[in-house]
Amino acid sequence: MISVENLSKRYLVGHRDERTGQHSYTALRDVIGREMRNVARKTIDVVRGRQVVQGDTVEEFWALKDVSFEVQQGEVLGIIGRNGAGKSTLLKVLSRITEPTAGRITLRGRVASLLEVGTGFHPELTGRENVYLNGAILGMGRAEIRRKFDEIVAFAEVERFLDTPVKRYSSGMYVRLAFAVAAHLEPEILIIDEVLAVGDSEFQKKCLGKMGEVSRDGRTVLFVSHNMETVIKLCGRGVLLGSGQVVEIGDASAVVAGYLRGNYSGATEISLNDKPRPFGLPTRIRLSGANVVAPQLDWVFPFGQSLSFDIWIDSTILIGNAELGIGLFSTKGYEIASWTNACSGDQCVVRPGVNAFRVDYEDLMLLPGQYSIGVGIRSGQGRDLEDYVPDAILFEVTASARSAEINGRTFGGALVPRARLSPLTEVQPTTAYADLGR
Amino acid sequence: MPDVIIIEAGLQERNYWRDLWRYRELFYVLAWRDLAVRYKQTVIGAAWALIRPVLTMVVFTVIFGHIAKLPSDGSAPYPLMVFAGMLPWTFFSTSLSEASGSLIGNANLIGKVYFPRLIVPTATVVVAFADFLITFSILAAMMVWYRFAPGWQILLLPAFVLLAFIASIGPGLWITALNVKYRDFRYVIPFVVQFGLYVSPVGFSSHIVPQQWRLLYSLNPMVGVIDGFRWCILGGQSDLYLPGLAVSLAVAAFFLWFGIRRFRKTEKSFADLI
Repeated sequence: MISVENLSKRYLVGHRDERTGQHSYTALRDVIGREMRNVARKTIDVVRGRQVVQGDTVEEFWALKDVSFEVQQGEVLGIIGRNGAGKSTLLKVLSRITEPTAGRITLRGRVASLLEVGTGFHPELTGRENVYLNGAILGMGRAEIRRKFDEIVAFAEVERFLDTPVKRYSSGMYVRLAFAVAAHLEPEILIIDEVLAVGDSEFQKKCLGKMGEVSRDGRTVLFVSHNMETVIKLCGRGVLLGSGQVVEIGDASAVVAGYLRGNYSGATEISLNDKPRPFGLPTRIRLSGANVVAPQLDWVFPFGQSLSFDIWIDSTILIGNAELGIGLFSTKGYEIASWTNACSGDQCVVRPGVNAFRVDYEDLMLLPGQYSIGVGIRSGQGRDLEDYVPDAILFEVTASARSAEINGRTFGGALVPRARLSPLTEVQPTTAYADLGR
Repeated sequence: MPDVIIIEAGLQERNYWRDLWRYRELFYVLAWRDLAVRYKQTVIGAAWALIRPVLTMVVFTVIFGHIAKLPSDGSAPYPLMVFAGMLPWTFFSTSLSEASGSLIGNANLIGKVYFPRLIVPTATVVVAFADFLITFSILAAMMVWYRFAPGWQILLLPAFVLLAFIASIGPGLWITALNVKYRDFRYVIPFVVQFGLYVSPVGFSSHIVPQQWRLLYSLNPMVGVIDGFRWCILGGQSDLYLPGLAVSLAVAAFFLWFGIRRFRKTEKSFADLI
């Protein structure tokens, strides 16, 4: 079990003086003055035993600030956050590779860290030799490695090339072998940093399977990843780091949702007035705005949640049989599905002034990804185009517990249709099944 | 009973020595790695370990023995005396040079995996020891050639090997720790080793040093080690200056203590600076 209390880590960052670079008439006097100040500062640092930083000015950078959390035994904790949030630094401190500036960590149990695949692999040594080398570096005894050697090689699928120097391996083989060694570690606490993002999809499935095994064995796992689906699938709880601080801790799905939400700041209200119109500016009816429907806070929809939004229309005239068309496109421009109110038989009456309509997609299971919506409005039973705004709305569908359930990442296409499966008992199948398994 | 590890700023690892024992196999593995890599894809690779000391011995014998006509110890052949001095010196200089750069050379490990960092420079000394054993076999061959039988003193050789080990690991640890922070030392070490080769009694016997300077001369820990080696190998032909040996031993022990202390103090910041 792990206990982290007020952990902080500070780095010193040097900066070169920008100003002197801009003046083309830098006096020699200024250059000498600056360099002497640097030498004086560095000498004082050496005497005081402090770190020597290259540059003219030195700034403090807190990679971690007052981070606190607890992990119970057997728990799998996911650590997520943007690049630069402090995830890798946190893992480094937990792995005792670097020392904290302040705070305290208590670890109960043997710790093994996997911060990089193939740590210590030497290109001149053969696969066999590197397994022993890497295993020893990661903390496995020789007897242990010997015992698990066949398992490791079978997992990596490199039996044929065991006695070839690793420098001749393809990148896929290299990574498989490296991960295979690490996957057979048996510590009480396992710390993993984004190393599952390697290899082809077959291998990734294997890795995920192995990770699942590890957590079922009752080991405590700390897992950093950018793949939200993997995080939801493997982790019970999650920690969201931002700028070195803990932003949120809690259930993995909730924390992931919070993270994905946070990537989209601010306004949900979209003004369509200034958007480009390829077919000319509208004269009578204008599509003026769009917004999400409460309780939705932004244009990010978790997979499986229904898609709804409001469209506002400014009009100078009355149209009784207007047709509002919504086109759904992938960001590459492929048209996925288009619809107008004529399809559902709903009336669209546009009156002079400001009009508001709500569009509700029922059961539209778009796969995680980014999409755009084009909106158009026609009058005269669909003959006259009044206004059309392509790319009016950009929105995103994200991973959710539901998509993790169905392994959404393995699906192609854009959406998941509604279909059912039921067994038939009355009809006898005619094709023989005897050749199955031959 | 599960181990409890507490990590705090400035806290000296209570588990350090236990961790060193637990990771003891890593000493062997890292040394084995360096040796295995050395001779991969080489043709005469292993032979180089033999050619180098033999050639140096020939050169020294010609320069110091024949041209400068410096006296040998007792009635021992000059080449044998030179070689007996070269044996520990090569061990020391290789250890020091390799250990000084070992942390930086293994930067990828230091930044990504935890293990007691003391293992890295120590493993390089183990590699130097492997070379030592090869060179020792050449010495044995030479003794057969000169029909020079060693006395009972040869049984004490392991003690002097240990002294050579101590004399090299102490400064090695200190320099490698300094090297991580201030890369200047990368340029200092080759010079110190070159200089030491002529200052230490490798090419000549320490008996030619005037008596009143011998004690001061023994501040160089390798003086004691080389004298000891010569005494062991050449039997009674070379006497051992005991006060000098004591001084050398004290200096080596001091550097060992100092080196380990400095290393442990700065160890925590290696990953940040490397």
